[in-house]
Formats: sequence, structure tokens, C-alpha cells
Amino acid sequence: MTTTPRRTRGIRLALTGALLAGLTLLTTAGPALADDPSASASPAGDEAGPTEAGTTFRTATALKQGQSGTAQASAGDYLYWVFPADAGQRPTVEATVKLPGSAARRGTSTWQVDVYDGLRRRQACMYGHQTRKAAADAATVELSCVLRPVRAWSEPWANDPLPGSYYIRLTVVDLPAADLGLPVDVEVKTSIEELGGGHDGGGSLAEPLVPGVSVASAGETGDGPASAAPRTLATGEPEDGWASGWWTDRWLWTVGGGVLAALAAVFGYSLTRGRGRPAHVPPGV
Amino acid sequence: MITRKRLTAGVGIALATLAAGLGTAIPAAADEAPAAPSPKVELVLDVSGSMRTRDIDGQSRMAAAKQAFNDVLDAVPEQVQLGIRTLGADYPGEDRKVGCKDTRQLYPVGPLDRTEAKTAVATLAPTGFTPIGPALLGAADDLEGGDGSRRIVLITDGEDTCGPLDPCEVAREIAARGTHLVVDTLGLVPNAKIRQQLTCIAEATGGTYTAVQHKEELSGRVKQLVDRAAEPVVTPVATEGAKSCSGAPELKPGLFTDRSEIGQHRWYRVDVLPGQELRASASVAADRAVDNDYGVLLRAVTTHGREIVRGSEAGTGRTDVISSGLRYPKPEAEDGDDGDGKPAAETVCLQLAHSFSAPTSVKRSPGLPVELTVDLVDGPDNASDVAAFGLGRGWWLLGVLVLTGLVAGLLTGWLSRWRVAVWRTN
Repeated sequence: MTTTPRRTRGIRLALTGALLAGLTLLTTAGPALADDPSASASPAGDEAGPTEAGTTFRTATALKQGQSGTAQASAGDYLYWVFPADAGQRPTVEATVKLPGSAARRGTSTWQVDVYDGLRRRQACMYGHQTRKAAADAATVELSCVLRPVRAWSEPWANDPLPGSYYIRLTVVDLPAADLGLPVDVEVKTSIEELGGGHDGGGSLAEPLVPGVSVASAGETGDGPASAAPRTLATGEPEDGWASGWWTDRWLWTVGGGVLAALAAVFGYSLTRGRGRPAHVPPGV
Repeated sequence: MITRKRLTAGVGIALATLAAGLGTAIPAAADEAPAAPSPKVELVLDVSGSMRTRDIDGQSRMAAAKQAFNDVLDAVPEQVQLGIRTLGADYPGEDRKVGCKDTRQLYPVGPLDRTEAKTAVATLAPTGFTPIGPALLGAADDLEGGDGSRRIVLITDGEDTCGPLDPCEVAREIAARGTHLVVDTLGLVPNAKIRQQLTCIAEATGGTYTAVQHKEELSGRVKQLVDRAAEPVVTPVATEGAKSCSGAPELKPGLFTDRSEIGQHRWYRVDVLPGQELRASASVAADRAVDNDYGVLLRAVTTHGREIVRGSEAGTGRTDVISSGLRYPKPEAEDGDDGDGKPAAETVCLQLAHSFSAPTSVKRSPGLPVELTVDLVDGPDNASDVAAFGLGRGWWLLGVLVLTGLVAGLLTGWLSRWRVAVWRTN
């Protein structure tokens, strides 16, 4: 697990940072803020994504954050991709299905995109058209799913999205039997919205929810059979590594609050002292 | 037969050059990935009499298939071991009994000699019946051995009328052998019965079904399927869950497969050390015609039967799998309790149940395929306060505030003393 602090968080409160710039107290946070632009200036979306999709959880094609993947498939296939999402992010999955010519099709079909987390638990979509009907003459179907914000930690009994891998499953859930197996072109795109410190909760996971993570770490240490495994189930982590979890702009807020409190105290102190010569000192001393 | 001799001579020369080429290529490949088992693919081609029909882009189905095979053979990835099997290629007669056994391995599964394979394909002429079931069984036997992924690509234009062997049942049995075999089907005729049979075969093994209408589609799809076989994947380990926790198999971190019949549940056991987190997820696949509403339940239970945590999911409509997962962070052992030895591991029982149901006409065994992942990560997760209302709280916050106040106070104090000193000297 990389321990690089999540630096991008800091930029949100650059203003607060500037307010505190004079304080030598924050020298450790200074360099972190300094290389902000380089971290956010290279989105992965420009590279050409994979052109194949997996057909099971096990064979899901890895996507980077912000990357799009395409695939040629048959109507009725179950297509899988996997991408990483970290705490404080809100992933959005968009899928476009290009349907075969309406001459070949018999009727309406219903398409659906589902998102599962690293434990294969289905994740709810906050917004978006997760399921859509395509009329018999429609050329494309557009689906989308905005996930809940990913939390740093949750209780084991909860179903909250946690840092780790997220699986996308795209399929047709209802179609006339005669339309099964017809060729379709699909494209999926993931995008990540960084949410501010308001979504930084307490706690952290020991390891992100990446399936096979313990097998992979055993393989790295070179333990016999495990090292022969071709790869872990789902590889991939965010561009700048998993957040170590200690950095949040709540620090800036809190320290800023402390400084303001101190300033207010000093202001009050100076008010009680008053200005000029103290009253009990006789003139001419 | 002078022409025949010339042909064989030509093939011989081509073989020699290819062998020379291979001779240099093989050691290099061997150096790169000695451990990865090579994936095996068998193309199963229907050469029944109906393949003569000219309805694919004005060509006969056979011609389209041959052309597709040529394209595919050119593009097969180096590491894939490819074989070809035919069905209905040899027996031209009318006797159903004989015709329904007519399946033959045209090219053995192994390192591919493109020229030889192409020559073999070129000799094919549409002939007999469509014994899909026996062909699938034969193909499964051809692919025996090795640890790599296995894939059968079935290309056909007719339904299996041979009976009593239902090819769909055959496919399910092959899949239940636990050899990670996937059957992908391509239908050359948009006919309801064929489609039903081929989708059933594909579904039973976790494969795909494609309706082919144009010859580019055919070669494109077969190429794609062969490439898919070449993708490195983790092969799961077969296990067999028990009816109760006491007799359940112990699972180490990894990927497992099992079969769970309708109305059955399965138990597994995992040893979790204090301070470790258990992560388990399970998928149950619908590999046959099941009813529309279904669910899955994965429970972590102590040996005494107390439920620790559960993951459950329900669904409705068309699906390939239904899955759920759970995690159980076991707290660190308290000091003093563990003595000087290693702290004792807790045995956690995992119960997997699913609520798939099926019409009575559907066969119950083998059970539905189950895929189970188990992970044990070190260090339990680290819970702390939820930061409500955007406020920080706790000892850290107090410490930070006190420190900040102290520094500010000291600075102010020094400043005022300095100011007093300056005022005095003036």
C-alpha cells in the first residue's frame, strides 16, 4: 500500500492555505500543496482504452479512472469492466450501446448497467438511467450510473461503497428472443468526481477492497504456488495510488479555526491591556 | 496423381520453412513465460449437408466458414494451442445411427502449424448429420490436460436432431467436470430452435452466443473468442462445500469453484487470526432455465452458530450470476490472553445459500456453478469517529488546538515583552 498523501484534496482550500501561509506550523503541508497542479493536470481519459470486455467478474477488463473502454459483442453477452475508486470520490459510469440496424431487430430491448464493489456487492446508483428501453428503431441506448460517494470506512454490516475495485456489468435484460446474438458495439466510460473534505469520514480500511489482494501480496514475496498465478483478480489502483487516509482539508479548517481563536484571544488580551501608559504608573517615571 | 504429389511437396517445403521459423521462435517464448499454462481452444465446425446452402453474403455457409477459419488461423496468438474438430464431415449416408456418431478431430490440439491446419480445413466438404452432443464430448476430451483455460468455439447451422443426447445437458456436464471449460456458440441460421439450443449450450458453460449473418462477423467473432482464450486469467480451485460447518472444507485465501444444487446450501470454513480481516464473496451462476426471481445469501457464522455478518442480494430478470460478499475484521487479541505462543485463530464458518428455483422439467444435478473468493488481509480496519457536521473532534483536535494556541500565545507574549523593552529603552 502506497502511503502518498492524497494531495489533490488540498487545492479546494487553497484560500485557507494562503491564510495560513505565514504560519511555519504548516511546513509539512506546504510541499504537498505545491505539486498539486501536476497531479490533476494529467487525466487518463485521453489514452485509447481497451477494446475488449471481460465476460465474468474474473475476466473483467481493467479500466483506469476516467478511461473509456469499447467492445464488440453480441446482444445477450454479459460484459464486465473493473476500475478503481478511492475514498472521497464519486464515480460515474456511462455506457453507450450502438444497436444493430433496425432492419435486423424485432422489437424493444431493455439494457442495464450494474455496478458491483470489490466484494461483488451490488452498489446502488444515486442518479442516472441505469436501465433503459430501446425502441425497435433506436440506434443507440445511453445508460449511466452515479454511485454514492466512496467512504473511507464503514461498518462491516453496511453496504457503503468503500475504496477498492468496482465492477461494471453491462447487459441486455430483456429482448425478443429473435434478437439474441446480434452484434452490438458498446462503450463504457468512468469518470470520477473528487468530493471535498465534507465527505472525509473517519477510519480507514487496512487494504482497499481489491479482490485477490492477499493472494497477490503472497505472490510478491515469492511463496511457491502463489507466485505462479498469472495475475491477481483485479489489478489497478488510482493514478496517484490509494490515499493513505490521513490527509483531509479538515486539518486546514481545524488549524485555521485554532489560529482564528488564538487571534481572537490575543485581540481580547490587547483590549484588556488597553493602549499607552498603564493607569497606575505615575507621570514622570 | 501428379497434382496431389505437388501439393504435398509444397506443403512439405512450407512446413520445413515454418519449422525453421518456429525453431527460433519457441525458445524465446519459453524464456518469457515458463510458468503460464498455455490456453487451449478447439474450433468445432459443422460440416453437415445443410452447410451447402448459399445464404451468407451470396456464398455458401461452408465457404464463409472456411474463409473465416483461414483468417482466424492467421491471427491465432502464439501461446494458444488450437485444435479443430468437425461434425458430420464423413458419413454421407442416410443411417441416423451412424451419422450421429460422425465427429472427428481434424487437427489435434497443440502448437499451431498454420499451413497444415489450413490445408486440412480446405479438404472439408458439406456431408452428413449434425451430432453436436458427441462433438462437444469429443472436444472436451481433446482439451484434457494442462492448467490453462479451455474454450470450445462451436460453429453450426443446424440443431442437433440426433437425440437422446441433449447437447445442452452434455455442455452442462462438461462444465461440471471442473475443467474451466467454456463453450461459445455461433449460429449461422436465424432459426428459433437452433438459437434456443445454442444459447442453452452457451449459458450452461458461461459462454456466449452469436447470431452470424455476414462472413466478416464470423471471422471477427471467432478471432475475438480465440484472443479471449489467450487472456491470462486466474484459474479457480475446485472445492466441495459440506452440509454443515463441522465437516466443511477449510479454505485458504484464493479463488474457488463449487456446485450448489437448487434448494441446497453449502458450508466452508476459514481460519481468521486476531487482527486479520476476512473478505469473502460468492457468485452463483444461473446456467440453466431458472425462474425469474432469485437471491443469494452469504453468512459468516461462529462455530457456535452465532451469525457475525452476512451479505445478501436478490434480483429479478435475466442474469448470468447473482453475487454478494461480506467482510469480517477480527479485532486484535487483547494483551495477556494469548500467552507467549501464537494467538489462536478463530474458525469462521461461511454459509452460502441461494434461492434460485426452476421449473420441474429442469434437471437439478449437477448444481449451479458457484464461484467463491476468499481474502485475508492483515490488520483490521481502523474505525474512528464519523466526522459529523464537518467538525473535527477528539484528542488530536484538542492537541492541535492547544499547540496552536500555545504557539500563538507565546508569540504574542514575546512580542509584547519586546515592545515593552523597546518602549523602556526609548
